[in-house]
Amino acid sequence: MNTVNDRARDIGPFVPAADDDMLICRCEEITKGEIRKAVHEGMWTMTEIRRYLRTGMGLCQGQTCSRLVKGIVARELGISPAELEPATSRVPMRPIEMHIFANEKKEGETDE
Amino acid sequence: MSNTAEVVVIGGGIIGCAISYYLAKRKVSVICLEGSDHIGNGGSSRNGGGVRQSGRDPRELPLVMYGIKKFWPTLSDELEVDCEYHQDGNLRLGKTEKHREILTGLTERAVKVGLDVKMIDGTEVRRINPYLSEEVTCASWCPTDGHANPLTTTLGYYKAARKLGVRFISGEKAVGLKKVKGKLRKVLCESGNIYEGETVVLAAGYESREIAASVGIDIPMQRAMLEALVTEAEPHMFDQMLGTAEADFYGHQTKHGSFVFGGSSGLEGFTKDNGTPICYSKTAPCICRGILKYFPVLADAKIVRTWAGWMDKCADGVPVLGEVAEVPGLVLACGFTGHGFGIAPGAADQLAELITTGKTEIDLSELRYDRFKAKI
Repeated sequence: MNTVNDRARDIGPFVPAADDDMLICRCEEITKGEIRKAVHEGMWTMTEIRRYLRTGMGLCQGQTCSRLVKGIVARELGISPAELEPATSRVPMRPIEMHIFANEKKEGETDE
Repeated sequence: MSNTAEVVVIGGGIIGCAISYYLAKRKVSVICLEGSDHIGNGGSSRNGGGVRQSGRDPRELPLVMYGIKKFWPTLSDELEVDCEYHQDGNLRLGKTEKHREILTGLTERAVKVGLDVKMIDGTEVRRINPYLSEEVTCASWCPTDGHANPLTTTLGYYKAARKLGVRFISGEKAVGLKKVKGKLRKVLCESGNIYEGETVVLAAGYESREIAASVGIDIPMQRAMLEALVTEAEPHMFDQMLGTAEADFYGHQTKHGSFVFGGSSGLEGFTKDNGTPICYSKTAPCICRGILKYFPVLADAKIVRTWAGWMDKCADGVPVLGEVAEVPGLVLACGFTGHGFGIAPGAADQLAELITTGKTEIDLSELRYDRFKAKI
C-alpha cells in the first residue's frame, strides 16, 4: 500500500501484437489489446484499469478475468504480478434483486 | 528527475487532474502528487455522476454554468475518452407539500442567477419520465443539466495531462507545506521526498485541512461518508439525471445500461470508521427502498456492487477556491462538499487562469478562504 509510483517512468512504446483481439473480460467484452493500450495511457493499477475499461465490472465481478488482467498489466509494466494489488471486492457477493436487498427492513417495521 | 516545477498540485482526483491539464495546456510545468496508490481514488470515482446546475448554491452557480457551456459538451473529444456526457435534464422530485416548498425555494434562487429551471407538476414529470410512480407530485426541471461517467472523465483528465507532460506521482502523500522567505515553496511528503513550486495547489479533498494547517490555514470542513450502488445492465429507459427534495437518492442510467444510484441512511457520521470508506450494512438497502418508492419498475433489477466514499463537507456547503492572503503562493481547491464532479472542468479552468494571469473570467470572490466568519 502507498508505494511511490512515478507515472513518468518510461515503459516503452505500445507495440501491437497478433493476439490483441483476444477477449479477456468476457462479461464486458474487453480485449487484451485494449488492456495493454490502457497501460500505455497511464492506467498502472488494477483499480485504474477496472475504472477505465470496465474489466471485472460485469456480472461475474472479475472472478473470471482478474488474474488474466493482472498478468497482462504486469507484463506491460515490466513488473511481477505480485506487485499489483487486486481491485477491491464489493458487496454483494452475488447479484441480488433490488426488492430483496431492500427487505433488510420491511415497510412499517421498526428496528427493534 | 527534478522535483521542481512551476506548479505543484497536491491531489490526483478530478480537481487536481483537471487543474494539471488546464495548466499544461497553458504551457505551465506541473507535478501532481496523489497520496493513494490510484489516480482519482476518492470522491472522483465514487460519486453519482451528476453534471448539475439546479439545486446549487447561487455562489457556485456561475462557475458550474460556465463549465457546462464551455467544456462539458466537447469534453470527450478533447480528452479522447468517452465521458458519456448526457445533457438531457435534471428532475428533482417531490412527493409532499414540504418537498414542493423546498424545490420552489431552490428554483427561485437559481432563476435569479439566470438558470433555466422551473417547477412542474406530476403529470408533466411523468411525460418526461414515464417510469416514475404516482407518488411523485412535483419536480424542479432543469433541461440543461445532465450526467457523465466520473471514472472515465477523471482518468481522461489524467491521461490527457500526462500526455502533455505533467508528472504524476501516486503513493506520494503530502503531509506538510513550507514557506521560503515568506512565500510558499515546498511540499513535504510522508516518504521524505520534497517537491518545490512557485505555486502550490491544494486539491486533496478533506485531507487538505491537515496539510493546510502546516502553514496556519484552517479550512472549516469535515469528512462525511456517502454510499452508492450499481445494477446490472438493463434495457434503455431514460436519460435524465434524477434527485429528490428529500435527498433520499439520486442517480441515472448509464450508457452501459446499469443504473447508478447514490444515497444515505441518515446515520452518516456515526458509522464505524476503520480508516477506509467501508459500506454500512443499513445504507444500500435503505437506498433501494428509497428508489423503489419512485421507481417500482426497478424491483427486479439486480444490484451487482455497492461502495462508499468520503466527501469534504465545507461549513457552508460550497468549495474553497483561490488564493489565500496569509500564504502567498498557495491556491486552494477543496471543500467541494459532495458535488465537485460536475463543477470540476469550470473550476479547474478558472484556477489555471488565476495561476497564469492573476485573474478569472468568473468572479470567485465569494468562494475564497477569507469568507468564513463567526456568527457574532
